[in-house]
Formats: sequence, structure tokens, C-alpha cells
Amino acid sequence: MGSIVKNGIAPAIVASALVQLTDLTLGYNRHPAVHHLGGAFLEGSLTAVVGPNGAGKSTLLKGIVGMLKPLDGEISIPGLARNDIAYLPQQADVDRSFPITVIDVLCLGLWGEIGLFQAVGRSRLARVEAALSAVGLDRFEQRPIGSLSGGQFQRVLFARLLLQDARLILLDEPFTAIDMRTTADLLQLILRWHGERRTIVAALHDFDLVREHFPEALLLSREPIAWGRTAEVLTPANLLRARQLCESWDEAADLCRRAD
Amino acid sequence: MTLADLLLTPFLEFSFMRRALVGCFALALGAAPVGVFLMLRRMSLMGDVMAHAILPGAAVGFLVAGLSLGAMTAGGLTAGLIVALLAGLVSRVTPLREDASFAAFYLISLAAGVLIVSMRGSSVDLMHILFGTVLALNDAALRLIASIATLTLFAMAAIYRGLVAECFDPGFLRVAGVSGPFVHLIFLALVVLNLVGGFHALGTLMVVGIMMLPAVAARFWASQIWSMILAALLIAVVASYAGLLLSYHANLPSGPAIILMAGGLCGISILAGGRDGVLVRLFRRRHLKA
Repeated sequence: MGSIVKNGIAPAIVASALVQLTDLTLGYNRHPAVHHLGGAFLEGSLTAVVGPNGAGKSTLLKGIVGMLKPLDGEISIPGLARNDIAYLPQQADVDRSFPITVIDVLCLGLWGEIGLFQAVGRSRLARVEAALSAVGLDRFEQRPIGSLSGGQFQRVLFARLLLQDARLILLDEPFTAIDMRTTADLLQLILRWHGERRTIVAALHDFDLVREHFPEALLLSREPIAWGRTAEVLTPANLLRARQLCESWDEAADLCRRAD
Repeated sequence: MTLADLLLTPFLEFSFMRRALVGCFALALGAAPVGVFLMLRRMSLMGDVMAHAILPGAAVGFLVAGLSLGAMTAGGLTAGLIVALLAGLVSRVTPLREDASFAAFYLISLAAGVLIVSMRGSSVDLMHILFGTVLALNDAALRLIASIATLTLFAMAAIYRGLVAECFDPGFLRVAGVSGPFVHLIFLALVVLNLVGGFHALGTLMVVGIMMLPAVAARFWASQIWSMILAALLIAVVASYAGLLLSYHANLPSGPAIILMAGGLCGISILAGGRDGVLVRLFRRRHLKA
């Protein structure tokens, strides 16, 4: 079971596990990137996944979203349909010179509702406008995305997440290469989602930001180091262990027999 | 010679010119929008690949039934779809990238195609398949091309939203919806259909020209997808008309004339296009206030 239980911390509100990880190992070519991770992301929790580069943060998110099959163990998200999960990849695989306007990008966020054929309609369009203004991009509707700055484009992607109205939101390094003002604005959005009892998991590397805003943290270093209240996870001892543990790639690694 | 002699008489006088024109217009109607999306998906060379992939199928049809429209169409369609499906499958279940898996499959089918044609046909027949016979389109061929164009336009309208999403952010659609692979498959089928329809007129190799050149040219004029499609259509139609006229007056083979016209328009667009054209970039215009 998860280290939340091990640490003996009872969550303030009795919440059920939304994402249950059981002895999960994820990786590439049989080499683990996330090794024997067990625990749960509780419904309504706001968790930062932290750790050094190569610790398996992105890999974990990809596993949860279903882009990567576990090498071992299990990820179970019983209560959620595909539409209930929103995912923001680290480097969205998008062509920024693509001839599409901001409003059309946002409308993609409605995909779960409208699919291929349904009309967007006036009420949904109003929601699109509201989402745009929530990320501080009023009157940007008709701008081609090629004309946006990196920060503005990240705001657009957040507005699209907003429209997806998902119960589980996975963010992979959402604030990389983004100025402080934009980071602060987007962080407000995350906190608003938290207030709406959505479950949020964000891979981050800025410890100060995590300490200040994220109630829960999972410290990964390929192996899980600690998972629970942020203050108890991000201790100097844990961080030191995380740095030491992140071993180098071993091409000729032996079979892992821990589960036997 | 009056202007009417130059521009209209060939078509008024000769029915084979009218047929060629109608055939090319229908081809443009279907192929140009497909080309725009191929370009936007960064799959511009895919058309070329698929055109080669059609060859063994058409060759088998030719082997069985001679120069018959039905057999060669059915064969080409089958071969094209098989290659598209296999290549798509391989790139989805293995880490091999799509372009690499398409390259592998089309090279195999190209070799198979040439082998099969050479088993029975003469080199004239091979030329027929490779370069088409736009001035000898019969009713059946015209009907085929027109039907494919109609089907293409309706199908593209139906999956338009999915296509745009797939082109713009394929990762998003993979997470958010299930229709991604479905849309992609329909699109690949449309690519194959248009190439098969086109190869009777322009041949398997040059039909790609009427698909891609107008699309590339349109990119330099339009900044939205719908306007890009319209621009590509217009350019394809103009190239067909001008190419046929050129081939008539200068007594040149018509397929290459049409594609070269499209190529000329493409060159002009790259140079003088209003959106990112070379000239626009060369001359610094006064900047705006905000």
C-alpha cells in the first residue's frame, strides 16, 4: 500500500483512491524508469511529483494516461472514463506554425462532449470565451497560434484543459520556460481546480513552488522515496537519498527479483 | 489568332480535350484538399509513397485483364490500402516512425510492381501505367474520377474536425478520444482512392503532382485551413486548364504539361506568395504600431 498509510497520516477528508498503483514498474526496453511504486492518488488531492531528472516523473504520468504499458504491476483508475482524464504533455507534440486560430484550439477541449459531429453551439462558445478570459487572453480568439509567445501558448493549452472539465488532470512540467507572471496565473488555475475537488498530479522540479502550493508530494528517484504531506516528503534527508539513488543506466542490468 | 482561338477553341473543337478538362477538374476537386491535409500532417512525401505502393496492384490487374479500367483500379486500390494499413500498423505497435515504415513498404511494393509488369507487358504498357493517358479518358474512367472526387469531398466534410485535430495535435486526440486512428484510416483510404482515380489520367507517378503542388503553393497564400483548401483547389484547376492548353498548342505530352504548370504556380507562390513568400521576406515593410 501507499506510503501515505505507512507515514500514518490520515487525510483530512476521508477520500477514496482515484488512481491506485500496485507494485507498479514502468519503463523502456525492460529497463525500469519507475520501479515498484505502490500507493494511491486520492480523490480531490493535489500532488506534486518531484525528483531529479530521469527520476521517472514523466514516465509515471504517461503510464497513468495509458500511453505506456506497465512492465509489471498495475494502474487502476476504476471510476474514470477516458473523457475524465486530461493530460498536458511536457512538450506538446504540436506544430506551432499550424494554420489554426486560438478559438479552434480551445474547441478541441470540448472533444469529449462534441466529438466529430456535434455543433459547438452558443452556450459552449460562451464557455470557450470564459476559459480564454480565465487564462488572461481576452480577445485572442482569432489569433493564429503561430503569433503567440511560448507563455501565451501555454495559457491556451491551460484554457483547453479548463474546457475538458476532467476529474483527473495530469500536468507534466507545466511551468518550464515560462515567466513568473504566467506561472503565477496558471498556478491560480490549478488551485481553483483543487478547490473544485478535481484530482491533480503535476510533475515539477521547483521545490519552493511545491512547498508553497502543493499539499501532497511524491518524491521519485526511479524508486519511490516518499509519498505524503509535502513538508514530510521534501526533507533534506529524503532529497539526499533521491540524489544518490538516481543510478546511471546499466545496459547489462540483471533481472529484478524483488517481486519473487 | 484571337484570344478565343488560344483559350477556348481547343476545347470547343475536340471532345477529347473536353474530356481531359473535365477529368482534370474532377481530379483537382478531390486531390487538392487531400494534398492540403497531407502537407499539414507533415506527410507531403506520403502521396509519393502511396503512388508507388499502388503499382503492384495495378500491375496484377493488368496481368490478369490487360489494360482494363476495372481490374487495374481494383488491384491498385487493394495494394494501396494494404500498404497503408500495414505501414500504419507497424508504426503504431513498434517504435519505428511512420515515414520509415512507409518507406520500407513502398520500396517493396515498387519492386514487386515493376517485376510484375515486366513479366508480361511491354515498356509501352509500363509507360501507360506510370504516366497515364489524360487525352484518352473514356466514359468509365471519367465516371470513376468524378465518383471518387464526390466521395472524397463528402468524406472529408464528415471527418473534417477529426482531421484538423489529428494534424494539429495527434497526442491530444489519442488521449481525449477514440476516433484518432479511425479518422486517420479514412484519410489514408481517401489518399489511396484519389491516387487510384488519378493514375488513369496522369499515371501513378505524376498524379501526386496534382495533389501536392497546389497544396504547397496554397500555403503561401492562405492562413487558415479552409482558405488553404480553396486556394489549392483554384490552383489545381488553373494548372489543369493551362497545362492542357500548353500541351495542345505546343504539342507536348499533356500529363507532364499539367504538372509542370502546377509546378510553375508553386514556384510563383514560393516567390511572390503573400504569406511568407520570398519577396515578402526580402523587402522590409514598415512595422505596425502593435
